[in-house]
Amino acid sequence: MGGKIEALEVLWSALPRLLAGVRVTVELTALFLGVGLVSGFLVAVAQVYGRGPLRWGATVFEQVFRGVPALVLLFLLYFGLTEVGISRLAAAVLALGLRSGAYQSQIFRGALLAVPTGQLLAARALGMTGLQTIRHVVLPQAVRLALPGWSNEYAIVLKDTSYVFAIGLVELMREGTYIVARTFGRYSLEVYLFVALVYLVLVYGGNLALSLLARRLAIPGQEARAESLERM
Amino acid sequence: MALLEVKDIHKRYGTEQVLKGVSFQVERGQTVVVIGPSGTGKSTLLRCINRLTEPDRGQVWLDGVEVTSPRADINRIRAQIGFVFQDFNLFTHLTALDNVRLGLVRVKRLPREQATRRAREELARVGLADKEKAYPAQLSGGQQQRVSIARALAMDPKLILFDEPTSALDPELIGEVLQVMVELAREGMTMVVVTHEMGFARSVADEIIFMEGGVIVEHGPPERLFTSPQVPRTAEFLNKISELYGET
Repeated sequence: MGGKIEALEVLWSALPRLLAGVRVTVELTALFLGVGLVSGFLVAVAQVYGRGPLRWGATVFEQVFRGVPALVLLFLLYFGLTEVGISRLAAAVLALGLRSGAYQSQIFRGALLAVPTGQLLAARALGMTGLQTIRHVVLPQAVRLALPGWSNEYAIVLKDTSYVFAIGLVELMREGTYIVARTFGRYSLEVYLFVALVYLVLVYGGNLALSLLARRLAIPGQEARAESLERM
Repeated sequence: MALLEVKDIHKRYGTEQVLKGVSFQVERGQTVVVIGPSGTGKSTLLRCINRLTEPDRGQVWLDGVEVTSPRADINRIRAQIGFVFQDFNLFTHLTALDNVRLGLVRVKRLPREQATRRAREELARVGLADKEKAYPAQLSGGQQQRVSIARALAMDPKLILFDEPTSALDPELIGEVLQVMVELAREGMTMVVVTHEMGFARSVADEIIFMEGGVIVEHGPPERLFTSPQVPRTAEFLNKISELYGET
């Protein structure tokens, strides 16, 4: 292991590359969460309000993508899809995005079910359609109910972007390994400490932002939920 | 022609026949109070009227339109029937004003300003003009129920159905809700009220329906039903209720 000063110098000179890696990590996180948000929401709606094959199909999807390890999913889609000309980025987005969708679906399902049915009846009794009821009564409440769980999912997805280094996408973790290799492993610990610190800051910052959002959205008289999120 | 006509309504849950052919009429401006032991289908009957629960058999007619017709525009009909729930069922994420305004904006498609004005009027009518910015969790049960009555009134309903509107309230909060209902009855609102409040039934009802076991056992004006019921079971029930509540 080299000296402390040299380690800082190595990190300093590699900083542009590392920051480029951070950017890719953030972009991947946004992509995975975005794909997960859309697919997870659709799966949750199918599971809660759907019936027959729709509901059944949603549940099969959810079970498969929750039941197979992330790395295995990533390899499956990478080797399966790059064969038919799909880019490795797209394969990664499908694998980890849909995996997050499977998890997010369960967050949303719980949130949808937690909206009291009496309010759905009240909306229907006013003459609102099913869609209006979902849009104006269920969703505004479900979003608030889903935030604590979603905050957790954000942290998991962010950290799990590091898996994609295994299929050769160059993000923070892979940039880290490049520096380690270029310096012949003399600064492995320092480099990975730095990488860990970046993840930690991103997780903390994101969770902080989400808890502020939860506090902003808290319904007066029901603030307890937002506070419990802040303690997470 | 009666404003509301309920004909031979049947409803079964699984093997349990909850409603076994219920028929009655409500004239415009009348208040009909439905009484009877718990679990005898009173709430189910109310929900069959606006088809929150789909009846298995029978018809409901509102102002000459068949509510139970498969071709009926049920959302349009529901907008003409107010419904007040035992547990208020206010939208917890909306202020009192927005609770009252939601149906006006989304169902009646009133312009925002007009909807706001109307919602304020109705909140004032139930004595809550100063609570428009409050959320349900910041209101007492009695205030929440009054907001839900305002929500129903704002839609300009032809009829309001009340499903045990005071049963979830602390005793000292019952009065403020009953008072609003009494005023509505005096103003000529047509109402069907399921309740155990015999004082209210006695002073306000034009007609009392006593239900048990999914059928109407007896019905008639309160003077007759309370003083000389024709069916022994009615007398027995009224006695029991008066023992429990201390008044009939």
